[in-house]
Amino acid sequence: MKKKTKTIKVDYLARVEGEGGLYIKMKDDAVVDVKLKIFEPPRFFEAFLRDRDFREAPDITARICGICPVAYQMSAVHAMENALGIKIQGPLRDLRRLIYCGEWIESHVLHIYMLHAPDFLGYQDAIQMAKDHKAIVERGLKLKKAGNEIVALLGGREIHPINVKVGGFYKVFSKNELNVLSENLKWARDAALETVRWTAKLPFPEFEQDYEFVALSHPDEYPFNEGRLISNRGLNIDIAEYENNFVEEHVEHSNALHSVLKGGGSYFVGPMARFNLNFKRLSPIARQAAEEAGLKGVCQNPFKSIIVRSIEVLYACDEALRIIESYEKPDRPFEEMLPAEGEGFSCTEAPRGILYHRYKIDNQGKILEAKIVPPTSQNQKTIENDLYKFVPKYIQLPQEELTWQCEQAIRNYDPCISCATHFLKLDIERN
Amino acid sequence: MIGIGNLYRSDDAVGILIARKLKDIKSDQVNVQEQSGEGTSLMDAWKDYETVWIVDAVSSGEPPGSIHRLDASKQPIPTKFFSCSTHNFGVAEAIELARTLNQLPEQLKLYGIEGKNFQPGEVLSPEVEQAMESVSNEISKHFSSSS
Repeated sequence: MKKKTKTIKVDYLARVEGEGGLYIKMKDDAVVDVKLKIFEPPRFFEAFLRDRDFREAPDITARICGICPVAYQMSAVHAMENALGIKIQGPLRDLRRLIYCGEWIESHVLHIYMLHAPDFLGYQDAIQMAKDHKAIVERGLKLKKAGNEIVALLGGREIHPINVKVGGFYKVFSKNELNVLSENLKWARDAALETVRWTAKLPFPEFEQDYEFVALSHPDEYPFNEGRLISNRGLNIDIAEYENNFVEEHVEHSNALHSVLKGGGSYFVGPMARFNLNFKRLSPIARQAAEEAGLKGVCQNPFKSIIVRSIEVLYACDEALRIIESYEKPDRPFEEMLPAEGEGFSCTEAPRGILYHRYKIDNQGKILEAKIVPPTSQNQKTIENDLYKFVPKYIQLPQEELTWQCEQAIRNYDPCISCATHFLKLDIERN
Repeated sequence: MIGIGNLYRSDDAVGILIARKLKDIKSDQVNVQEQSGEGTSLMDAWKDYETVWIVDAVSSGEPPGSIHRLDASKQPIPTKFFSCSTHNFGVAEAIELARTLNQLPEQLKLYGIEGKNFQPGEVLSPEVEQAMESVSNEISKHFSSSS
């Protein structure tokens, strides 16, 4: 019998941040090749940072991504402070958690409501969905705004925040100024709970997989800026050991580097990894909502990441309110940082997963070397593995539907390909 | 007036650069903002304004430096203009979602400047630089007539 060959080629991945491409080749009902193509500017920012002053790193790296600038700022400041042997504590540390709460809310809500939910409800996009579900889309927009308000206040403006600096903030706020955020956040916490309940009712395909989840872990809190890197298969390392345990491989079809565990292969970062590895450290309201949604600390179906993101939005609203309530204005907005020769490492939890930064600086504070590993390049191999397993289940579908299913499987990861590249081209073509 | 773009993506910076030029000459009645192009933030940015001008770099296959003038309050935005936006829920999507939710400003004029190079970098193509001058002048005339 003659073998039939089928190819899926998607040059524009819709509803993925940035631009990317997908290529899948099948023989009969078996997938023989999957390539998720990401066109990464070859390390432009790492080169751009060299010879700059160490204080410039947070503002420059914040420009890498319009969706998660705070994550880049947080990883940059913590790596620089690590290089200088200083640890920021007290209210300044709390304010950093607070601004991160804002970014998680913004980023997750955008993905849940505008990019991911239309998949499950059978709409082409959020615009079509809004025609039938106006109130839900409006709730999403208002909920996202609660996150915007935190970032706008603490960051000094809504996009490309400018108030974060190595050592703290340029300006800090009185308790009354922060209290202004509380009213909307209380509404947002209720809306986030509704979001968990709403997403839990969406129809999900059966697709439980056995992954190695990697996330930060901190003994006392759900992780944002600090902790050891752990996995469900025994990884437990200090951030300084990151490059001894993970390696970036160049693959021909993608300009982005694929990150893999040395001797272990692909791994999974992001909300599901954080949730699975840190469930007990969620606040009671978030834990309870998760249990009601049928997730008692374990989620292995990436399609259900929409529920996990909603749980993290609920947590972020709750944590933001807790921080504001216990906040006392610090004596000074930042710790003075004098340049000194050193090397610093940092990993923080960007909305999409761990974001690793390493810098070497000289005794004048000049950056000699910079290394940045964004979450999407760490998930890339896992996304491809998912497609290998997912596509055969739907092979009989018409081309258009199969393509949509593949795009949906990619969107589970909320890939921010713009962190890795600007152009995210995704075409789908069948021969 | 909202300028959209990324300063480190060559011609993609043009919207931001125009916003910065206009900030210096605007009257008190005009508010000039910079945005990254993320759609839902844009919807917030134009809320409460009657007349809005948006400037963004586009890639539709026309010659570099071409200026597209679209009246978004009167007609849907062809999404092909924004396929190169950094973010997939971008300008065109925000305008159409706002139209569905009745959140469009009364007047929404969109200037799309055809870019040539969107690679990482900080230099505008000469064609785009020229278009930047024309669009800045054109919008500043609207500023003076509306104040």
